[in-house]
Order: sequence, then structure tokens, then C-alpha cells
Amino acid sequence: MTRPAPLTLAVAGLAAERGGRSVFADLSFAARGGEALGVVGRNGAGKSTLLRVLAGLLRPAAGRVALDPPDARDPDAPVGERAHYLGHLDALKPALTPLDHLEAAAALLGRGGGRGAPSGGPAPATPDEALDRVALGHAADLPCATLSAGQRRRVALARLLVAARPLWLLDEPSTALDLGSQAVLRGMMRDHLAAGGLIVAATHGPLGLDGTRELRLERRA
Amino acid sequence: MGALWALFRHDLRLARRIGGGGTTGVVFFLCLVTVVPFAVGPDLNLLSRIGPAILWIAALLSTLLGLDRLFGSDHEDGSLDLLRTAGTPLELVVAVKCLAHWCTTGLPLVLVSPVFGLMLALDGPSLGGVAATLLVGTPALTCLGAIGAALTVSLRRGGLLLPVLVIPLAIPVLIFGVSAAAAAGGGTVPFVTPFLALCGLTLLALAGTPFAAAAALRLTAE
Repeated sequence: MTRPAPLTLAVAGLAAERGGRSVFADLSFAARGGEALGVVGRNGAGKSTLLRVLAGLLRPAAGRVALDPPDARDPDAPVGERAHYLGHLDALKPALTPLDHLEAAAALLGRGGGRGAPSGGPAPATPDEALDRVALGHAADLPCATLSAGQRRRVALARLLVAARPLWLLDEPSTALDLGSQAVLRGMMRDHLAAGGLIVAATHGPLGLDGTRELRLERRA
Repeated sequence: MGALWALFRHDLRLARRIGGGGTTGVVFFLCLVTVVPFAVGPDLNLLSRIGPAILWIAALLSTLLGLDRLFGSDHEDGSLDLLRTAGTPLELVVAVKCLAHWCTTGLPLVLVSPVFGLMLALDGPSLGGVAATLLVGTPALTCLGAIGAALTVSLRRGGLLLPVLVIPLAIPVLIFGVSAAAAAGGGTVPFVTPFLALCGLTLLALAGTPFAAAAALRLTAE
């Protein structure tokens, strides 16, 4: 199997505002497939805002974000539709089970429901495989209301596996995770990078991955 | 297509597990319908004359009941972020969520309305008229409510603001719905005239809502 051209995330002159105040301005960086970018900075420096802008959830005040080469099946897909956004919230309904969530995520976030691997990132896992990977196979049919905070976080992480998207935007991904689950997360990120994927993660602690580059955001006065 | 079907099933499953949705709406509908005869007195002629109006007002209020959760819970728990990064246009997502919401809250009202109409001494043709107008009209109510729900999604007490926004918009639907339902029971106006106007209003709401609500969601969720 020939390796496709490496992915490049290019950000040029990006600026964002929250509530009329500038959070960051003229931010430029690039990252290539197989690379993890750790976004660090103090509270309020704009880490989450940057991730939301990259995911297309917030409109930037200026600048552009591009992920090249374009998706083979849908060349016009915006960056947000080729990215997994894992925010502070786990997006789980207390009444539904982890399996319900992952089945819906596979259909909604996966492209056309096909199992073929797009450029960047490993092939998608089935919901059951993904739950086994995050060690929640035994809780697949329990309502999410009965899960602990760390278990809920793991369900959210499993969502990264059921749909193949080359760019992972992770906001404090290890929140509420115990040491074993943090190791699982590191393994997932390594696999994603090894398959040519890209990770941009906002963290306070180290990501624990070799070759992580740091992007420091300063709080603006 | 698979994604939309999955979303539809997801929302139906959620409504069933929570158990609220349809049942609460129907019980609320029943409360409103039973309360009116106590207020206006046991005058059967009066009740059968204003019966269609009572049923329509009750249906409007019952529809409003669950609407603030249509996008509100998705906004609070972060699901809306996922839906916005899905490969499916937000307009279609909104349309599917409205359809699922109508199936769990609007459709039960249509189905029980003939039974509740009996309690208001409606005759056969009127019962049919009320059910037919509700079947055509409640999708419009759900759609108008969805626009209100999308506009108030980021407000903490949006549930209180929602009826204030939606009820004025629902007045045309109410006018033609009630007049068609009343015409079915006799009178000088033929049933078809207001009924077709009601159909037109519903089609307008169906066509416009996905765009209006999706735009409102993009704007307010930022």
C-alpha cells in the first residue's frame, strides 16, 4: 500500500475574539502528519478558543486554516468536518448507553459509513472494538448516568476511534482519567500519529509523546 | 443518508428512554382539555361550539412544553459541537431533529385528539376535522418552535422566553387551523378553503425552518 502525501495543517494570521475582546491575533503555525502539537498557556490564554476556531465552531476574526491535501472523497470539506473535536464536555446523554453514542457517532462523524481509511489516521474501529480499547467493554450497555467522570471521558475518547478523521483537536483530553487510562490515551495518540494523523492538544501537563512540539499562547493584556 | 437515519433513531431512542416527551405532552393536553369545561360550565352546546378552539390551543401549549430541550440539552452537554462538525449540513440535522421531535410529541397529540374531542361533545365530522387540521398544523407548530428553541439555546432561562417568541408566530396557524376544524362541523365556510391555507402555512414553515434554525444555532452557539 502506497503512503499518501503527508497531511499539513497550515494556520496563517489567525485571530479570534471572544465577547468583543481579542484573545489572540496573528497566529501562524504549521504541523505535518505524524506530528503532535501541544498548545500550552495559562488559564484564559485562548487554548480552547484556538481549538474551537480550528474545528470551525467559532468564526475567526482574521486568518485562515487549511488542511492539505484535500479529502480525496470530498475535496470541499471544511477542516472542521475532517477533525475530531473533543472539548471539555463529553457530549453524552445520561439515559443512553456508550454503545448508543458510539453507533450514532460512527454514522454521523464517519464519512459515508465506509470502513476504508481516508488519508491520515488508522481505519475506523467498530463501536465494540473502540469500547474494548478504552477498557469499557463491560459497560457498553449501561446508561451513561451510571458511569463515573473518568469512564464518561473514556466513552468520549472511544468516539475518536469509531470514525476516521485525520485531525484530532483535543481539549484537556486526560481530564478525570486514571493512570491506566492515560496510558491508553497515549497509545491511541501514538497509533493515530503513526498512521499519519495530526493532533493538536491543549494541555497543562506533558502529552507524553515523543517529538511533541509546543505552541505557547500568551495571555494578552 | 445513513447519518441522518442514525440521528433520527438516536433522538427517538433518547425520547423513549427518558420517557418524558410524548407522554408528558399528552397528559398536559388532557389537563388543559379537562380544565376548560370546569371553567366555562357544563353547557354542551357551548362546549361543542368552542371545542375545536380548545383542542387547538391545548395542542399549541402542549407543543411548546418540550421544545426548549430540542436543542437546549445538546447545547449544554456538547452534542451540538459534534453535530456541527458532522459531515452533514446543519440544516438537514435540524430538519431531522424536528421530525424526530414531532414524531414523539406532535403525532401523539394528533392521535389522542379525537378521544379528547369526545369529552368536549364534538360530533363526528368535527372530530375528523380537528384530527386532520392537527395532523397538518402541528408540524408547523414544531417548526416555528424549533426556530425559537434555536434562538434561545444559549440562554439559561430560555424555556420562559421561548413561548413569548413562538406564540405570536403561531397565530396564523391557529386561525386557519381552528377555522378549518370548525368548518368541518358545519357552517357557511367550506372546510377546504381554510384547510388549504393551513397546508400552505405548514409547507412554508417546513421549507424555511431548517435554514432559519440552523442560522440561529450557528449564531448563538458561538
